[in-house]
Formats: sequence, structure tokens, C-alpha cells
Amino acid sequence: MAEPAVTQDQEKEEEQKVVDDGIDVGISRLTTDKIETVINQVLKTETGARLKTYVNTCIHCGLCSEACHYYMSHDKDPKWSPVGKVKQTIWEMIRKKGRLAPEEIRRVVEIAHTECNLCRRCLQFCPFGIDIAYLISMARRICHKLGVTPKYIQDTAHSHSVSMNQMWVKGDEWPDTLQWQEEEARGEFPTLRIPLEKEGADIMYSVIAPEPKFQAQLIYQAAAIMETAGVNWTMPADKGWDNSDMAMFTGDNEIMGRIKRSHFETAVRLRVKRIVMGECGHAFRSVYDTGNRWLGWSHPPIPIVHAIDFYYELLKENRIPIKEKFKEPVTLHDPCNVIRGGGLMEKSRYVAHALCDTVVEMHPNREYNYCCCAGGGVINCGPPYKLKRVKSNKVKAEQLMEARTRGAKVIISPCHNCHSGLKDIKNYYDLHMDIKFFGDIIYQIMEKPE
Amino acid sequence: MHDVYQFVSGPLAWVAFLLFIGGSLYRIIAMLAEVKEKEPFIFTYMSLKYSLRSILHWITPFATYNWRRNPVLTVVTFVFHICLFACPIFLLAHVTLWDEAWDIRWWTLPDAVADVMTVIVIACCLFFLIRRVTQREVKFVTYPSDYVILGIVAAPFLTGFLAYHQWFTYPVFMILHVLAGEVMLAAIPFTRLSHMLFSPFTRAYMGSEFGVIRKSKDY
Ligand code: HEM
Ligand code: SF4
Ligand code: SF4
Ligand code: SF4
Repeated sequence: MAEPAVTQDQEKEEEQKVVDDGIDVGISRLTTDKIETVINQVLKTETGARLKTYVNTCIHCGLCSEACHYYMSHDKDPKWSPVGKVKQTIWEMIRKKGRLAPEEIRRVVEIAHTECNLCRRCLQFCPFGIDIAYLISMARRICHKLGVTPKYIQDTAHSHSVSMNQMWVKGDEWPDTLQWQEEEARGEFPTLRIPLEKEGADIMYSVIAPEPKFQAQLIYQAAAIMETAGVNWTMPADKGWDNSDMAMFTGDNEIMGRIKRSHFETAVRLRVKRIVMGECGHAFRSVYDTGNRWLGWSHPPIPIVHAIDFYYELLKENRIPIKEKFKEPVTLHDPCNVIRGGGLMEKSRYVAHALCDTVVEMHPNREYNYCCCAGGGVINCGPPYKLKRVKSNKVKAEQLMEARTRGAKVIISPCHNCHSGLKDIKNYYDLHMDIKFFGDIIYQIMEKPE
Repeated sequence: MHDVYQFVSGPLAWVAFLLFIGGSLYRIIAMLAEVKEKEPFIFTYMSLKYSLRSILHWITPFATYNWRRNPVLTVVTFVFHICLFACPIFLLAHVTLWDEAWDIRWWTLPDAVADVMTVIVIACCLFFLIRRVTQREVKFVTYPSDYVILGIVAAPFLTGFLAYHQWFTYPVFMILHVLAGEVMLAAIPFTRLSHMLFSPFTRAYMGSEFGVIRKSKDY
């Protein structure tokens, strides 16, 4: 007799066969011939020696497996391992010379979009440095060209395309939100301004579209910090203010290029010296690593400063007077895209220690951190995949739990995606911890006008 | 029998070395040419410093996070690869052949040591085989070709061991040994054994990406 609990659990997962129009309708329009054409077109013209060498060099050793939180959270079932996921997608396409049946594409989309965060942890584990995240993003690119992408994230890509921001924020909604936040903040900081279109300012501050849409208080806090530190800053009044990029994750490189160009060109138009971005990981990846390269800039054309780096600078120069350090013990989540992808681990720790009395380290940490399982567009695939997402990061829950037993009460997560992902994890696993951005803490503990 | 030996150790040896050297050069040049044609941006990011940082860490036992996490495999794979190279290159019998044919010679291993190294290589191949069959994450990504590759690598050592100890008919095993060695050499550029050729490049690129752009460790 099998253990009934396990069987029931498995049944439950099978019952929850996901309904996702983005995939179901897309698949219904496919034929094997069409699939063959698209796969071979992408593999032959859009990829080159890099993909071939990765595929030919992989010795099938499985040493990348334990890097992946999906694999670790599913009792080391190999279908979740990094190389296992490449096997079920790219290798299969190559082996069958592109002739996959429509139903086989369903599995490819599921894996590429909802079972890999492109967090690049496995890249550090492979003895050959095989870029599995790149291989999985090529699978996403193929799905994109086949017209099968999970509906929720596809919607954000459409929004980027139409409105140049991720959340369908309409033209006047944006300056109105800024004005509203400015008015609110002036109650507390009488001289505060959110300077729009100020040419020649030192800094253009850019955010992700969910901020004006749902979390306007983050803009309030940022303005309060800028005001207190006496920063010469500005925000654009029109398109180009959103630094986020879901097109990068749907494989829609053309739209990725358009929105990044708009962001950079806005900074150039405003003649600012640098772009400072809010606490977001994927946006940093897009602006600093991926989008700029698609546009042909080997490095960002204007210096990009992530909020962690910016706060580090302000704190180091004593430009934010602190009333009293944050009392509750905190633990620090290392968002892949700015830590493994941007090297901000020590600066992040400097900021945490400057702000908080007690910082409890999670293990593994810094560039070896486990991803939150929300990134890479996975959380943006929406509610149909939420359960899979939280179940696929049991290891993160254990990591957090362990930090909590050593006293940590608050998780600091300087990344929007991680923030939402960790919130779901903490709720599902009953972790009873608070989650905050660095900005929340700075705002809370800095000196304010009486 | 003598004629067969003459053939495998004469013309066939030439063919094997030509395939190995020519094939290796071809694979590497073709790869670089394709990068230049389609993904030249890769060259923009290559950094000697970070390439070396990455390669040196990965060819040093326990110098990387993942080597430290897998101590047994690390020891096995390093011992395996060292013996795999050192044994055939420094074997007295092999050096004698070079000496006779080309009048070049170099340092050699005592026969007893080479014998132990041969056994080690065979044992390591067995280890890889068992790992492939028993470890779920390895088994899942195993294809028949993986066993063939393992066989191709084990064969020259197995036959060499048997020929050296003359447990069976010496001439037959000698011929098989030479053949197996030639197959292995010729297979390197054209199978996943080409990881020998490509690993320095993939490592260097990943090392450069992590060093130049990501400012973090790839090891
Ligand atoms: C300098 C060049 C080489 C490097 C850096 C290298 C590196 C590696 C690494 C990192 C692995 C994976 C770890 C493992 O499973 O042990 C591996 C596996 C292996 N390598 Fe190499 N290797 C090199 C040359 C060779 C050569 C010349 C051969 C044989 C002709 C070879 C045969 C093998 C075999 C048989 C495996 C094990 C595959 C398995 O697990 O079934 N390697 N090598
Ligand atoms: S989720 Fe991260 S570790 Fe897992 S396969 Fe994807 S990139 Fe690799
Ligand atoms: S660790 Fe690298 S070589 Fe080994 S299976 Fe994973 S991707 Fe392939
Ligand atoms: S959401 Fe956060 S932890 Fe997850 S991939 Fe992005 S940066 Fe990494």
C-alpha cells in the first residue's frame, strides 16, 4: 500500500490541470509543420555557436541539479533539474529536428515559463559554465514565435507594446499619481517636490509600473529620501519612466528593445548623469545586462544605479540622518538579478547593517543564494501557477524558517518580484515574518521634519 | 597477425592522429568562425583575467563551491582525468614508440605506477557507470551514447592492462589496445568527449560574463 497522503497530494496536483488561454488557444492553432518551421528558424538563424557548443559540451553529469530550488523542493525529482529541463525542451527539439507535436509544445511552455526562473544559479554549478538560463530563454523565444505564452505574462508584454509600461498605466495617470504623491508628502516634508522633466538633473529616477498602479507609497518614500538627502533628481512626465520589462521574459526581444530604447532615450533627453532605479531585480537585469545588449550597447549608455547601490552611496556619505536604527532582527534576501547578476552583495550588507541593529544571515547567501521562485517572469504567469510556484520553493521556506529560529523577524528584499514571491511563500508555509524593502526601513527610521 | 599489427600501428595510427588533430582544429575554428559571424558580441566581453580566474578555479580540486559540495565525485573526476592524460603520455612503452619513430623522447613513468594508474582509470569509469545507472538525476539525462562514450574511454585502458599482463593472447590484445586507443583519439573531436576542446572556451566566456558584467563568482 502506498502512503495515502502522498497519493492524495499527487492526485490533487493532477486535478489542478491548469487552464490557461494563452497556452490552450495557442496550441490549438499549431501543427507539427508549423512547429518545425519555427523551431528550425530560431535554432538556425537566431542561435549560433553558443547554443551548439553548450549542447555538445554538456557531458550529462547532472552536477547542476542541486543548484535548482525546483529540484531541491521536489524531493530531487530529476524532471525539475536544470539539465533535466533542457533535456525536455531544447534537446528534444534538436533530437526531433523540430518536429514536435502541439501537445509536446505544451510541456515546453510549462517548463520554460513556469519551471525555471532564469536565476542563473545553475550556471555557477556546471563545471563547464553552460548557460542553462540562456537555453531556457531560447525555448521561451520559440514559444513566443509559436504564439503560445501564458496569458497573464503575455498581457503585460502587450501592455509594454501599447503603453510602453507594464501595467496599462494611461498617459495622464502617471503625472497625476506623481502629483498626488507629492501633495501627500508635502504634508510631512513641506518643501518636497517630485521634479518632472527637469533637464540637466543629476539623476533620473525610474520605477516599475506596479508602483504607480498599486504601490504609490513607494514613490512617496523615494521622494522623501531624495528630499532628505538633498538629491538633484527628476522623473520623466511621459513614456520612458517604466524600467520594467516582461517582454525580455516572454522572448519578445523586439519589444524588449523598444522599451529599453525609450527608457534610455528619455534619460538622454533629460540630460541626466545617471539613472537610479527602484528596488527591482528583473528591471536591473533588463537595463543593465540584457536590453542594452539587444540594442547593441555593450554596456548601458548611461550609468545605471540600482537602489541598493544608491542607498549605499547616501549612507556612506551620511546624507540620510537616522533617528534610531531598526530594532527588530532582519534577514537579508539576495535577489539573483542584482547580486549574482550585479555584484551588489557587500553593498547590500553595508546598507542593512547601517540601518538595522541585527542582521541574521540566511544560508547559502550572497551570489549563492536560492532564488525566490517568483523571478524570470514566473510570478507574472499569474494565479494559475501560484501553487506550483510556492510548492517549488520549499527550500526557500526552510531557509527562512532557519533564519527565524535564529531570531530574524523581518525579511529585507530589495526586489519587487522577490518581495511578492517571498510573501506568497511566507503565507503558504505560515512563516509569520514581515517583508520590507530597504526604502521602507529608511523611510521609517530617518529623521523627518517635526 | 603481424601484418594486422603493422596495419593498425602504421597507417591507422596516422588516420587516428589526423582525425584527432585535424578534427580538433576544425571543430575549434568552425566554432570561432561561427561566433564571429553570428555572435561577435561574445568577443567584446572576453577578459583574460576573468577567463583565467574561472578556468583556474575549476581545474583545482575543491576550489569551487560545487566541487566542495561533491567531495567524492571531485576526487574521482580529478584522479580520473589526471591518470587519463598522464598514463598514456608518460608510459615507457609509448615513449619508446615515439623515440623509435621520430627520435624524440621525454620523461617516463615507472611501469608499476602506470599499471596502477590504468587500474584507477578503469575503476573511475566503473564509478561513472554506476553513478549513471543509480543516480536519478544522471540517469534521467543519460542516452545510449553516454555508455558508448564511457566504453570508448575505458577500452584502451582495459585492453592495455590485459596486453601488458599477458593474461590472454598477447598479440590479439595488443592489436585491440592500439585500435581502442585510436578510436578514442578519433572520437574526441566528434563526440561529447569534445568537452576537452570546448571547456576552456565555455569556461572563459562564463568567467568573463561573471567577472565583467555580473561582478560575482562563477565558481
Ligand atoms: C582538459 C580537458 C578536460 C576537462 C577540463 C574535462 C572535464 C570534465 C568534467 C568537468 C567532467 C564532468 C565531471 C564528471 O562527471 O566527472 C568530465 C567528465 C568526463 N570526462 Fe572529461 N575533461 C577533459 C578531458 C577529457 C578527455 C580527453 C576525456 C576522454 C577522452 C574525458 C573523458 C571524460 C569522461 C568519460 C567523463 C565522465 C562522463 C560520465 O559521467 O559518464 N575528459 N570531464
Ligand atoms: S530556476 Fe535557476 S537554477 Fe533552476 S534551472 Fe532555472 S536558472 Fe537554473
Ligand atoms: S552540470 Fe553542466 S555538463 Fe553537467 S549536466 Fe549540468 S549542464 Fe550538463
Ligand atoms: S525575483 Fe528575485 S530572487 Fe527571484 S529571480 Fe528575480 S531577483 Fe532572483
